[in-house]
Amino acid sequence: MTELHEHLFRREAGRLVATLTRIFGVEHLALAEDVVQDAFCRALEVWPFRGVPDNPSAWLMATAKHRALDVLRRERTARTLAPDVARALESDEQLVTEDAIRDDQLRMMFSCCHPQLSEAGQVALILHILCGFSVDEVAGAFVSTHAGVEKRLTRAKQVLAGSERLFEIADRADFTARLPAVQRALYLLFNEGYHGASPEAAVRAELCREALRLSALLLEHPVAATPATHALAALMCLHAARLPTRLDAAGQFRILAEQDRARWDPGLLAEGQRLLERSASGPELTEYHVEAAIAAAHAAAPRLEDTNWAQIVSLYDTLLEIRPSPVVALNRAIALAERDGPERGLAAIGAIADRERLAAYPFYHAALGELELRRGNGRGARGHFRAALALARNAMERHFLEQRIAACDAGKADLAWNRGPSSP
Amino acid sequence: MSEFIYLYRSTNEASRAAMGSPEQMQKSMQTWMAWMKQLADKGHIKSPGHPLERSGKLVKGKQRTITDGPYAESKDIIGGYTLIEAKDLAEAVELSKGCPVLEGGGVVEVRPVLQTGM
Repeated sequence: MTELHEHLFRREAGRLVATLTRIFGVEHLALAEDVVQDAFCRALEVWPFRGVPDNPSAWLMATAKHRALDVLRRERTARTLAPDVARALESDEQLVTEDAIRDDQLRMMFSCCHPQLSEAGQVALILHILCGFSVDEVAGAFVSTHAGVEKRLTRAKQVLAGSERLFEIADRADFTARLPAVQRALYLLFNEGYHGASPEAAVRAELCREALRLSALLLEHPVAATPATHALAALMCLHAARLPTRLDAAGQFRILAEQDRARWDPGLLAEGQRLLERSASGPELTEYHVEAAIAAAHAAAPRLEDTNWAQIVSLYDTLLEIRPSPVVALNRAIALAERDGPERGLAAIGAIADRERLAAYPFYHAALGELELRRGNGRGARGHFRAALALARNAMERHFLEQRIAACDAGKADLAWNRGPSSP
Repeated sequence: MSEFIYLYRSTNEASRAAMGSPEQMQKSMQTWMAWMKQLADKGHIKSPGHPLERSGKLVKGKQRTITDGPYAESKDIIGGYTLIEAKDLAEAVELSKGCPVLEGGGVVEVRPVLQTGM
């Protein structure tokens, strides 16, 4: 009997909705979602008795197709579907080839990154439509309410369904013009998984995995596989390699300094390295290149004390030029402290032009606390950690900061920081 | 060994609740497959049986009155059946306790197949 593939339904939801929306037309997105849901229900009724079919994807596609034809016949007048839709549904070929399904997913991914939508709206839409996350699961991933996410998704779907047609991936100029928005959405999706405030670790690892999967789809497409896309995928692999060590056995947060480097995933590190080398093939230097290079520099150090901080500081200098932000400046100051000592680091933090924008970011206060602690000012450090604790977004962050406060009381300085992708 | 039929009964609402999001479907499916596999591995499945459509027709009495299902008088609709082999009714009942339909508030009706021997 065929085994049930992990996350089969989530993966198939994205593939099926993307393909059926192409056939029905984007204004019938809701119909596509309905027939896919029906096909899944049918699977749940039949497979327990008949076993998982040899090709579950093809089974689900055929079932959704029959269901769509039923709806079409019954509601031919009610729905304003183009007359060639039924014909398209009846011809098998264009539905099921892997290339066609990949292109359908790309088309949907680009369509979700509609310029009228906020970045948060784009990411939510990708998660919902292409990754098969329910409203509650999207809300869980973003620490948002069901009602809030539902509202955001409803509006995003209206924008999508209101666009004349799905994004045309064959138009090379349009494709290239929208690619940066797609890369940015996948970056944010990954970042949410890596850094996000969601207390549920399992959800976060899934977000990272989905971002990696969608980036791999981009890499399969000749026009989308630019150096920047390679750099983006490299950055995800190099960070994902560390994911298993970011939490300890008790589910508590581990900073970079405390991670067991022997447990970083060697396969993902090698893949990240390979992608990073391939990303160096053009004149373009993007933030993804620089962030991937920073992650690679950390990965290259077998022990924390082997870290090449001078190289990392200079990479942050470059990143600040490409994408200036207070968070990047903060990370640069932290690397500088590693290179030149805590006083220099504190001075660099003090010199961040718009550092009031960091006031709500718990790791800003934690960084100040860490550097004060290191230069022997336990009292000052304690105040900063308390400020960070008041801003902590989940139990893991709170536990971590409480430990740092305890370290202040014990007068014990510690080593380094957690670092991941640089944007907040 | 004796034979028994499991009739899986649940309300439409309960069967819909097991569906929901793709990830919920995945969990429901995994639970069903695991339960069926466990019965099969122990040699209790004579035939996996069939799923049934949740609607149909009722043909009634001398008048041959035909009405549509679902059936007003029974809220629990039979969603499928399986032919089981067990030592006795007590064992068949015990085995049925792992059935996922129960998680959604459904019912497993365990009925001995009437032996037609002498």
